[in-house]
Amino acid sequence: MNDVVITETKTMPMGFTLPVVAAAGAFFGLFVGTAQGSGLLGILIAGVLCAAIAYVAIFVVGTAQERAVRWACVALFALGGFLFAGIPAAIMGALFGWFIGWFAYWIGRCRYRMTLAPYLTSGQVLWHYSFRVLCGAIFVFLITPILVVMPLSFNAENFFTFTPEMLSFDPEGYSLRHYRNFFQSSEWQHALRNSLLIAPVATLLAVSFGTLAAIGLSQPHVPGRQVIMAILISPMIVPLIISAAGMYFFYSRIGLQGTYVGVVLAHAALGIPFVIITVTATLVGFDRSLTRAAANMGANPVTTFFRVQMPLILPGVISGGLFAFITSFDEVVVVLFVGSANQQTLPWQMFTGLREQISPTILAVATILVGISICLLTTVEILRRRSEKMRGMSPG
Amino acid sequence: MTDATQHPMDGPTPDDALRQAKAADSVDDQGRLLAADGTPLKRSLARSLRVQKIRALALIAPLLLFVLVTFIAPIADMLFRSVENEIVPETLPRTVQLIGDWDHNSGEAPDAELFEAFYYDMAIAAQLKNHTRLGTRLNYEQTGISSLFRQSGRDIEDIGDVYVDQFEDLDEAWEEPATWLALMGDADWRDSYMEWFEGEQAGAPPAFQPSAAASEALPRTVEMYTLFSEFTAGARRDSLAEDEPWPVAYTALYQDLTAQPSATAPFEGEMATLVGAAEDAVADFETVDFRSYFIDEIDEDWGNPEVWATIQTFSGPFTAGYFLNAVDMQETPDGVAMQPDDQRIYGLLFKRTMFMSLTITFCCIALGYPVAYLLATLPMRSANLLMILVLLPFWTSLLVRTSAWKVMLQQQGVINDVLVWLGLVGDGSRLVMINNQFGTIVAMTHILLPFMILPMYSVMSTIPPSYVRAAKSLGATNWTAFWRVYFPQSVPGIGAGSILVFILAIGYYITPEIVGGTTGTFISNRIAYHISSSLNWGLAAALGTILLGVVLILYWAYDRIVGIDNVKLGG
Repeated sequence: MNDVVITETKTMPMGFTLPVVAAAGAFFGLFVGTAQGSGLLGILIAGVLCAAIAYVAIFVVGTAQERAVRWACVALFALGGFLFAGIPAAIMGALFGWFIGWFAYWIGRCRYRMTLAPYLTSGQVLWHYSFRVLCGAIFVFLITPILVVMPLSFNAENFFTFTPEMLSFDPEGYSLRHYRNFFQSSEWQHALRNSLLIAPVATLLAVSFGTLAAIGLSQPHVPGRQVIMAILISPMIVPLIISAAGMYFFYSRIGLQGTYVGVVLAHAALGIPFVIITVTATLVGFDRSLTRAAANMGANPVTTFFRVQMPLILPGVISGGLFAFITSFDEVVVVLFVGSANQQTLPWQMFTGLREQISPTILAVATILVGISICLLTTVEILRRRSEKMRGMSPG
Repeated sequence: MTDATQHPMDGPTPDDALRQAKAADSVDDQGRLLAADGTPLKRSLARSLRVQKIRALALIAPLLLFVLVTFIAPIADMLFRSVENEIVPETLPRTVQLIGDWDHNSGEAPDAELFEAFYYDMAIAAQLKNHTRLGTRLNYEQTGISSLFRQSGRDIEDIGDVYVDQFEDLDEAWEEPATWLALMGDADWRDSYMEWFEGEQAGAPPAFQPSAAASEALPRTVEMYTLFSEFTAGARRDSLAEDEPWPVAYTALYQDLTAQPSATAPFEGEMATLVGAAEDAVADFETVDFRSYFIDEIDEDWGNPEVWATIQTFSGPFTAGYFLNAVDMQETPDGVAMQPDDQRIYGLLFKRTMFMSLTITFCCIALGYPVAYLLATLPMRSANLLMILVLLPFWTSLLVRTSAWKVMLQQQGVINDVLVWLGLVGDGSRLVMINNQFGTIVAMTHILLPFMILPMYSVMSTIPPSYVRAAKSLGATNWTAFWRVYFPQSVPGIGAGSILVFILAIGYYITPEIVGGTTGTFISNRIAYHISSSLNWGLAAALGTILLGVVLILYWAYDRIVGIDNVKLGG
């Protein structure tokens, strides 16, 4: 990422390198030790072993043979792990070997100062890296739940946790049965069909009404702009349970409760704020003189809209639409109340699945949904970049 | 001044425009500028402004209308339902009129007059099957009323049957629906009704028209028969020509005949004979005393003044009762009082919702601040890469994340398995991390964390790094530079993120429902419970209204601090 060397590297004294590397080793040794019965023994063995590696790497072999030493570390720990507890341990060992080989050079050659200003004190350097580690831990917290779901969905058993077969990478431990179940069960297919029937229509409604209104809102003179904006944004602010309760009461009064139309209208209302926000944000950078120029050259307002304005704000409209789509596609509270059994959507099915009978089919569905979110996220990011670029080009 | 006139100026002056305009005939006599078509420019501009405004509003109107119907109207309906109490005056109209005069402190059940009114209300409600709904409504205020109403609805026909039997013993003509049609109905109406009845019975039958004689002589009976006719018009299977009226109509007939000295007078012919015979006989009829029948035969609870006090308290079309219940109070005849100790749950629930939402907000600040700081200070490329790790959970379905936490936190779940494998926790003493407050807080912190990081990041990325460097070069320590220079500039981001997270947390339903168990649930779970399980919609609406009030205040604060236009999505 940043290859500029600010501070020259040097070999650190043995009294610094060996204890630090040993401590890192001991930290991991503690876990392996407790897993095997004796934490203290684990710390001792791993500490001594890592100190020895560091000694050999830095003070005997040196940087000339760095690559060889690091591969040797990987091989050593992978082999040790394999002899100890089979394939999973071998992989863990290889990872640890790679880490300790890198760490020994990183510490012993003072590489950690390479990208930092030379005047920093040791305390500041230590803080810099502890902060990075802390942030790393938070990122792990953010991403782990999503990553854990994926392998578990290939579980051959009906369990919600890793089986010994899975951990030993036994092909028997994995299967696609939960995916098969998802594609073969009429309940899930019904739910999927409902989701695909509801979300696009709700999105279409939200986008067509929302885009028009956003264009209206971005005109220079709109009476009561604040109030209108507050009303249009309110579905996003009001807690879902309150929207759901109100819609349930009102829609059962006018006979929309438990109908397809009712659910679509409710979801469209929930998606509208997202369209309004993204499209008005795009329109902020829109150069008005373009429409005036078009009108000047004889285009009527409709032509102007479709040929000039629309292509420019299209990225905003599409990403607003994606937000509206994901809102409807993920929504469960409102559909629980406004819909009936005939409108059971995918999230609804997952919700009842989680509450009542727990089947790992949910995890298969979850994995598919994560895949969809990744696609949507990528699309939105690309559109956002494109929109920024386009606005950067226009003189406004 | 003189200089200006002596030396012709090179650049244009405001005067120039006016002079040119005058030359081009675009200024009128009073010096007003004119547009090209000759109208004063001011008016022309105003018109074009108006057109612009109308065009903008026309663009907004469809959506505004859409949101008003699909979203604002439901919210308004909920607000209305939280105070609405029409079921009591609608079901018991006669009782409600009289009950105001009854003194609830007398320690006795009301007098016979009220019981009579109540008998008619209940008998009609029982026929329309409304009494159970009313019983359920009043049961929210006093336990036991529901079963009292249900049972009374079953028994109340017996009163009318006493009179039905006696009238039918007297003359079998009283059994005939045709007799009733002839006695009650206006002749013209009767003809059109029979025509409808013998035809295809398409559409609604002609509305019942009482004959003048019946309305004069037998007013109560006509009232009951009118209600009966409305009922048969709504019900497909019943008709006035084939079904005799409800027993309560016979009670009314008996009362009319005893109350009026010469009921026969307005009638003619056959009907006069029939009514005359009945009028002579009613003096010897066995009669039912409503008050003692209710108390002795149906249920002794009707003698309990507390039941009547409840009906009296909730006899109005609007009530504050739901709101009082929502804050652990209740409306009694003597005013507002606290609920008994063992029934106070909402105060606890509101406190818990507040406490947990605050905890979640603080956890999000604690975890989000370092990450936002890191993202804002890293070079663009690596920051964008790490941003994906924030945005991916943000875009992932809520249920996926909730199920992931269920998988992780279960007793047989991933975290416990890892802890057991590492030997940190014994296999027998696996940690309980789900179905309690801990589970809810962890899962919701994870779910809401992106909502904290994104606003913080957008504020922090605008803070120039040179400020901190300047502070350091002036001798500030790292901590001082951060605390006195950087942190104050990042406060708006914390504020925006906190309010957003708090608003979202306070109304959360799905996650607490799945991972919260009984101790980790929020007020929203209670609202859902009242809507779908206990069917106490009024209380659900009142709880929702209170929650909505809290959220709107926070929203207002958010608008003041951040501005609603500045909400950004996805970085």
